[in-house]
Amino acid sequence: MIWDWEYAIDVLPALAEASLVTLAATFWGFFFALIIGLVLALLRRSQIWLIRASTGFFVEFVRSTPLLVQLYLLYFGLPQIGITMTPFTVGVIGLAVHVGAYISEVYRAGLDNVPAGQLEAATALNFDSYRRMMFIILPQAIPPIIPALDNYLVLMFKDTSLLSAIAVVEMLQLAKILGSESFRFLEPMTIVGVFFIVMSLLAASGIRYVEARVGRGST
Amino acid sequence: MATETPIADGEPIIRFDKVRKCFGDHNVLDQLDLVVTRGEKLAIIGPSGSGKSTILRILMTLEPIDGGVVEIAGEPLWHLRRNGSLVPADEKHLRRMRRHIGMVFQHFNLFPHMTALGNVTAALTHVLKMPKKEAEERGVQLLHRVGLADKLNSRPSQLSGGQQQRVAIARALAMRPSIMMFDEATSALDPELVGEVLNVMRDLAHEHDLTMVIVTHQMGFAGEICDRVSFIDSGRIVEEGPPDRVLKQPREQRTQSFLRAVLDS
Repeated sequence: MIWDWEYAIDVLPALAEASLVTLAATFWGFFFALIIGLVLALLRRSQIWLIRASTGFFVEFVRSTPLLVQLYLLYFGLPQIGITMTPFTVGVIGLAVHVGAYISEVYRAGLDNVPAGQLEAATALNFDSYRRMMFIILPQAIPPIIPALDNYLVLMFKDTSLLSAIAVVEMLQLAKILGSESFRFLEPMTIVGVFFIVMSLLAASGIRYVEARVGRGST
Repeated sequence: MATETPIADGEPIIRFDKVRKCFGDHNVLDQLDLVVTRGEKLAIIGPSGSGKSTILRILMTLEPIDGGVVEIAGEPLWHLRRNGSLVPADEKHLRRMRRHIGMVFQHFNLFPHMTALGNVTAALTHVLKMPKKEAEERGVQLLHRVGLADKLNSRPSQLSGGQQQRVAIARALAMRPSIMMFDEATSALDPELVGEVLNVMRDLAHEHDLTMVIVTHQMGFAGEICDRVSFIDSGRIVEEGPPDRVLKQPREQRTQSFLRAVLDS
């Protein structure tokens, strides 16, 4: 099979459009994953044993089953209990919960690294538990874990390709459709690959920039 | 136990009544009775592990008690009075009681992500909801008082241990507590930095209404600024009284051997 420039240029606009779906899924997925991860990490530190234990079980469950299975479960399972959503929404929820479970462990490491004396000093100054977390603990817990979060952003970005399995027309899904119409997979798949490389590199350098800024702010 | 009646016979502001605290099988405080009157400056001395820091941590509500009652200004600290009996306190009660008390820690525990001024004003703005400008005025004034007017915008990592501890003192004072507690405030400092922190504490001791409870190994300093010294061992007060008496003519053998060991080192 020989590379066909004409065909490549032909499919480029459609793929570029589908890349917006990939980017949107990554953005929203990661946005909610950051929130879900934090909530899970905080629940795991709850003073109530039952909350700690059930959160731990949930995190382990999510982490030890494949994302693809979870996406199928959500996509085919939710309508069974009367909840219907667009494939895109289901995909974002699936990504957010899956990556959120992993990220909760990252947050946990960050929270555990804040010395106990910080909590004690905040208590001695009569901070309530919410403000203690918001103004004292999290600002110290988060900057050191940004590099680890960066990894999960890139992982999630690549995992958006799994959404093709639940009929989200993101880049990979479109490449498959185009390929099966024209019997030429080389060009669309290559374009998808290049797109992922370029975006991953951009994301990594973007996060390094944020990291440097946050790092400066906290020393 | 060799005990005299407290020197100042004012109203009690702190009262421990048969307080018990255990960590596992180990009784850290054993039926401890202790009364501190308003404005009194009390030094608690004793070997490490004797329970002296635990007394401060209980007062700061960092450690719950396992038995007995602690009262602050006549009100139970760890309990609520309900229908004539005492029930365990909730967070709301603890937060109300904490307003009376400030604490300075051995390892300063400054917030590393804030400037010196930020450390002093954080609780003013977030806890007392004071307007930023007013909080900063108070913060600047307090940092001035501890001799750090030129370090307002320095981060803790840019300050020496002595400077950090002085920021920590200003931070605790900002909340205007009626009880200030110092938990081995100079133990983590290089010897040449101890003096600057002691000077700030000495200055505070002139405040007539401020109650101070100091856990320290600086016997000379304790004798100089405190009205009373309590020697604690194995979770009990072995001996207490005026510093001149307890430090210079201890009656109990346990106190004598402790002081001899400390002063020899």
